[in-house]
Amino acid sequence: MYVAVKGGEAAIEAAHAWLAHERRGDPALPELTPEQIAGQLSLAVDRVMSEGSCHDRELAALAIRQARGDLIEAAFLLRAYRNTLPRFLAAEPLDTGAMRIRRRISATYKDLPGGQVLGPTFDYTHRLIDTAPRPAPAPPEREADGAAVPRVSAILAQEGLMAGEAPDPGGPVPDLTREPLPFPAPRALRLQALARGDEGFLLGLGYSTQRGYGNAHPFVGEIRVGDCAVAVTPPELGFEIEIGDVLVTECQMVNQFAGSATTPPQFTRGYGLAMGQAERKAMAMSLVDRALMARDLGEEVTAPAQDQEFVLLHSDNVEATGFVEHLKLPHHVDFQSELEKLRSIRARWEAERAAGDPARREAAE
Amino acid sequence: MTDALPMRPATRDAAYNFAYLDEATKRALRRTILKAVAIPGHQIPFGAREMPLPYGWGTGGIQVTAAILGPRDVLKVIDQGADDTTNAVSIRRFFNRVAGVATTTDTRAATIIQTRHRIPETPLREGQVLVYQVPMPEPLFRLEPRLAETRRIHALADYGLMQVKLYEDIAAQGEVGSSYNHPVMVGGRYLMSPSPIPGFDNPKMHRMPALQLFGAGREKKIYAVPPWTEVRSLDFEDHPFRPVRAPHACSLCGSTGSYLDEIVTDDRGGRMFVCSDTDYCERRR
Repeated sequence: MYVAVKGGEAAIEAAHAWLAHERRGDPALPELTPEQIAGQLSLAVDRVMSEGSCHDRELAALAIRQARGDLIEAAFLLRAYRNTLPRFLAAEPLDTGAMRIRRRISATYKDLPGGQVLGPTFDYTHRLIDTAPRPAPAPPEREADGAAVPRVSAILAQEGLMAGEAPDPGGPVPDLTREPLPFPAPRALRLQALARGDEGFLLGLGYSTQRGYGNAHPFVGEIRVGDCAVAVTPPELGFEIEIGDVLVTECQMVNQFAGSATTPPQFTRGYGLAMGQAERKAMAMSLVDRALMARDLGEEVTAPAQDQEFVLLHSDNVEATGFVEHLKLPHHVDFQSELEKLRSIRARWEAERAAGDPARREAAE
Repeated sequence: MTDALPMRPATRDAAYNFAYLDEATKRALRRTILKAVAIPGHQIPFGAREMPLPYGWGTGGIQVTAAILGPRDVLKVIDQGADDTTNAVSIRRFFNRVAGVATTTDTRAATIIQTRHRIPETPLREGQVLVYQVPMPEPLFRLEPRLAETRRIHALADYGLMQVKLYEDIAAQGEVGSSYNHPVMVGGRYLMSPSPIPGFDNPKMHRMPALQLFGAGREKKIYAVPPWTEVRSLDFEDHPFRPVRAPHACSLCGSTGSYLDEIVTDDRGGRMFVCSDTDYCERRR
């Protein structure tokens, strides 16, 4: 391969070789396999798939290894990869109501049809670092039975207390990864942006709504984690076929709405959905989704989490890290003109100060 | 530094489509570019993709280049005016790998020049395309961050906000505050960010024979200045726009008309000034 200039090239080659060496760690120890990462660091894989907008456990695991465990870098690798794939079909909407439940809890009811299923959760563990060697844990005694479990939102809707969702506007679902975000953004695009948004950023924003920046009174109506079938309808067949399962986490956050002249007081819901088991992400997403509905509901928009442009244009960590980190690139051309500009302004300032020019001072004040 | 003749194309990495992006995406990009050329200076939204280089490294410029690149093009990539800065090397290597096109450092030999922060000193000619990497395409973003609002301002050509900002700079410090990325009016209609080129380069945009394309990947906008279009730096009659360069001659080629980098040579205040445009400088030595 030919490259026109050699100086930077040699430096880049050397840096890449050093990086590869550092990434590998102690060569006396075996290299991590993607299977180990996918199996034992599964929540990291889940996060990378969500923020990378690409469901592929094996590739996400490879990306995490290549990124030395930097999950934003891994998500970036996955994003760059997905753009090389042809898009042949859009899936039918996931039926999360028919999810094969691994975990399902509601904070709004003590017990409810389908029951509370704790599943594999850190929630009630004691956070003590376990230094003892670990025997292989036993498999779960009883898998969830797979029966469909009704949604909490449906229970509230029966009573007329849950606001209905706006009807499907029809037409193809807009795609954030193919078209730029318009503002104001419709909810479908807001949810897409939040789904790939940075977990930490959304967590902080969701948290801010609980602390008075956006008047939220949230309750976890339901969190469910489980496998959902993905179905597509190939045009040449004309009927749905299932092409596989994905593990997802769904959160429905119930919020009050004061009502208006035309709408009775009722509950509204914020919605969160993330790939894999990602409760923190799904919960934060549902809080921010609800906050972003303020405009549509005629609520006063006062807090950052309610501001569409602020939230949606700053939640993407691949975009954010790119722009922040690009400050490492050389900027000496611009800095040179800043230097000359500062010298010029400074010289003028000093000359005026020496001359004691009162008219200038007045004009500046 | 190697000789400046166009170099033989490398073998393209067949694992990727020509120039990385699939054909449908490149077609969509070309439609956006055509629209941008039809409305000089107006920002056209487009569905920017993640590229294998990070946002901020020139993904907008890379996508524009990918969309217009053909197998017979000769590509030059500069960053800070130089062909040998790491990011320029990296982008050139990327297109070398995924498109296998010939690359050059010679401004005159290139058909497409992708740049970050500079316009080459050697005047461009008709048929060449200058592709700018743009971080913030909205010239008003420091005054009005809301895109819905700036879209309205552009629709009404209501640019008083920017004139007032320049006026306030002059009132407070005697001259305008912007040394780079100084806003321009394109074709007398749209206020446009020239990207963070030094003000020194702004006059080169005016009636340039080459096509100027601007790509902002993270902000998902493309805009253009067609050949021979009027581009005026925003100023006042009594405070005309003043391009600035360091008041020295290049230590290597002696140029007194080119933009200079200031090199710190010791810790006792020693300075050396050299051309930022490495191709121009080498040709003059």
